[in-house]
Amino acid sequence: MPYNIVVLLKRVPDTESKITIRDNAVVTEGLNFVLDPYGEYGLEKALQLVEQNGGKVTAVLFGPEEAKETIRKALAVGADEAIHIVDPALEGGDAGTTAQVLAAALKKIPFDMVWAGKQAVDEDNAQVPIRVAELLDLPHVNSIIEFEIGADGKSARCVREVDGERDVMVTILPAILTAQQGLGEVRYPSLKGIMGAKKKPITDWNAAALGIDPSSVGKQGARVEIIGLEPPPARPPGKIIPGDAATAAKELARLLREEAKVI
Amino acid sequence: MSNNVLIVAEGKAEGLRKVSFELVNAAQQLARDLGGAVEGAVVGNQVGAWAEQLAKTGVAKVYVVDNAGLENFAPESYASALAEIIRAAAPAIVLFGASGWGKEVSARTAAKLGWGLATDCTDAKIENGALVLTRPIYAGKAIAHVRAKSFPVMVSVRPNIVPPVEAESPAAPIEQIAVTLKEPRARVVEKVENAKSKVDLGEASIVVSGGRGVKGPEGFAPVEELADALGGAVGASRAAVDAGWIDYTHQIGQTGKTVAPKLYIAAGISGAIQHLAGMSSSKVIVAVNKDPDAPIFKIADYGIVGDLFQVLPALTQEIKKLG
Ligand SMILES: Cc1cc2nc3c(=O)[nH]c(=O)nc-3n(C[C@H](O)[C@H](O)[C@H](O)COP(=O)(O)OP(=O)(O)OC[C@H]3O[C@@H](n4cnc5c(N)ncnc54)[C@H](O)[C@@H]3O)c2cc1C
Ligand SMILES: Cc1cc2nc3c(=O)[nH]c(=O)nc-3n(C[C@H](O)[C@H](O)[C@H](O)COP(=O)(O)OP(=O)(O)OC[C@H]3O[C@@H](n4cnc5c(N)ncnc54)[C@H](O)[C@@H]3O)c2cc1C
Repeated sequence: MPYNIVVLLKRVPDTESKITIRDNAVVTEGLNFVLDPYGEYGLEKALQLVEQNGGKVTAVLFGPEEAKETIRKALAVGADEAIHIVDPALEGGDAGTTAQVLAAALKKIPFDMVWAGKQAVDEDNAQVPIRVAELLDLPHVNSIIEFEIGADGKSARCVREVDGERDVMVTILPAILTAQQGLGEVRYPSLKGIMGAKKKPITDWNAAALGIDPSSVGKQGARVEIIGLEPPPARPPGKIIPGDAATAAKELARLLREEAKVI
Repeated sequence: MSNNVLIVAEGKAEGLRKVSFELVNAAQQLARDLGGAVEGAVVGNQVGAWAEQLAKTGVAKVYVVDNAGLENFAPESYASALAEIIRAAAPAIVLFGASGWGKEVSARTAAKLGWGLATDCTDAKIENGALVLTRPIYAGKAIAHVRAKSFPVMVSVRPNIVPPVEAESPAAPIEQIAVTLKEPRARVVEKVENAKSKVDLGEASIVVSGGRGVKGPEGFAPVEELADALGGAVGASRAAVDAGWIDYTHQIGQTGKTVAPKLYIAAGISGAIQHLAGMSSSKVIVAVNKDPDAPIFKIADYGIVGDLFQVLPALTQEIKKLG
């Protein structure tokens, strides 16, 4: 049975990036942007499901014009088409408004399931897909490491890892599913894939196309706002404990007990 | 809306999780500044014992949804139950623990009620009448100060940052909230035992981690022995996980767990930025590495340049001697 699968993908700075802060904002020039790694796990699972069952993978990304390049990467590894929600009037919001925007887009796309990342590795809110599920009145399964469609084709069995425990959840489809590391290795684009991506459609949607009043989202709609950004506090320089293993271990145990008072 | 702060407790078979007591402590200052009280919420099936435990932490009241429909985790049912408590309690702030459970349930409940939510905060205070939060972003490479534009609002608080309340207070009243739960569309049907995790990494106050330097699955033995001697949990770098030496539920870092124990010992871990993302807010960091130039030494409070296969067993012995 073929599946229509949507994957929510965010554009984030590569995790190796050095983050520089100027005037309470991250300096974006010179940063290398990538697809968010957890979203990529979801994309990989979506591609596999469509390879096995037929259907279509649609990548949806909400972000600035510059994100086009990042969307192409999703097309290059095999997504069939992409939707780019791009409109400055929608930006600057919080996880709640981001979810409102994505939920509005999902109302216009037929789907059997939506994959997303467990969290975006830049802002780490771990909220957006779960909020989308509630806004669309759909079930969600979070932090999935194994996924299997049920025999009826209308449900799924998901193994999850949460707080050091593992459990199995069963959900009815359609559902919002979030990927955790462990779900599988992601593929790299082939040259053919990269060339082919240039011919695949990317559709732009703005606030009007989504039927969203910009004042209900973005900066105005946000319930929480970032008022300052600073580098993390530097840790005081540490001590290297000299001596052979036995001597150093003895001294370390003493310091942990008497100086640091942590054991 | 009241000026109260409601904390959402979480528990396991043995009783409430430590983070619940930390939340009470975090809530006390906020409630004082708002001129309100701290109240608690407990949801689950047959959770009377948790409610009684929470009632003695100094909270003014405990709201409970005790419902057979909550026997197995189901996000929709848990969010519905909490939304009922929140409607009844009408707090200005709701605090969750930023555990996997807390992050998931808070997001669904916030969306249900249309509230703002700040995830995984390391500090929360009232400034000029507004709630201001601190949260590490970009894997700890930046610290964001976030303001809630208005009340009510939800927050999840990173475990191990605020000390737990310890003193036992006289029992506060417990109010049962009745709910009618719809059949959830997604629910837990089975729990899988995970033998290796004796201590939950997210809550552990001591974590000993091994990296590529342990050289193989059996190389985790000295790591585990030290963790056992310290009553801590075992962590790992992604290199060790990717090599298949240890289950990835032990991975610490940007794509693994974030931990903030009082003591973090990294053995045979170079200190890649993605690893630091998961542990740099630990109180005391110890590095054991044979390369004196390993970046991990830059953030370590104490370092030993040496072979972990000699240093860890020696340290385990010393710890046992200290008793
Ligand atoms: C200019 C600017 C100003 C901002 N100001 C604030 C502010 O004041 N307060 C604040 O809280 N935040 C602010 N943000 C952060 C921003 O709104 C966050 O991206 C949002 O809160 C979502 O959280 P997250 O990215 O951590 O997503 P998570 O909830 O961690 O994301 C999980 C998953 O959801 C999906 N997803 C998330 N975002 C998108 C997306 N855009 N497109 C497609 N899929 C997505 C992905 O699958 C992702 O893996 C600002 C951002 C910008 C660019
Ligand atoms: C998107 C992305 C996400 C990532 N997420 C994570 C993450 O969540 N967590 C994570 O850890 N990594 C993550 N990584 C990987 C990260 O970049 C590093 O590759 C990884 O942390 C390296 O692990 P390591 O320190 O164990 O190995 P190495 O860097 O190989 O270091 C091994 C260290 O062991 C020392 N050593 C060797 N033998 C001994 C001995 N006998 N005694 C003492 N010391 C010894 C060596 O000197 C060396 O410093 C991520 C990478 C990417 C690109």
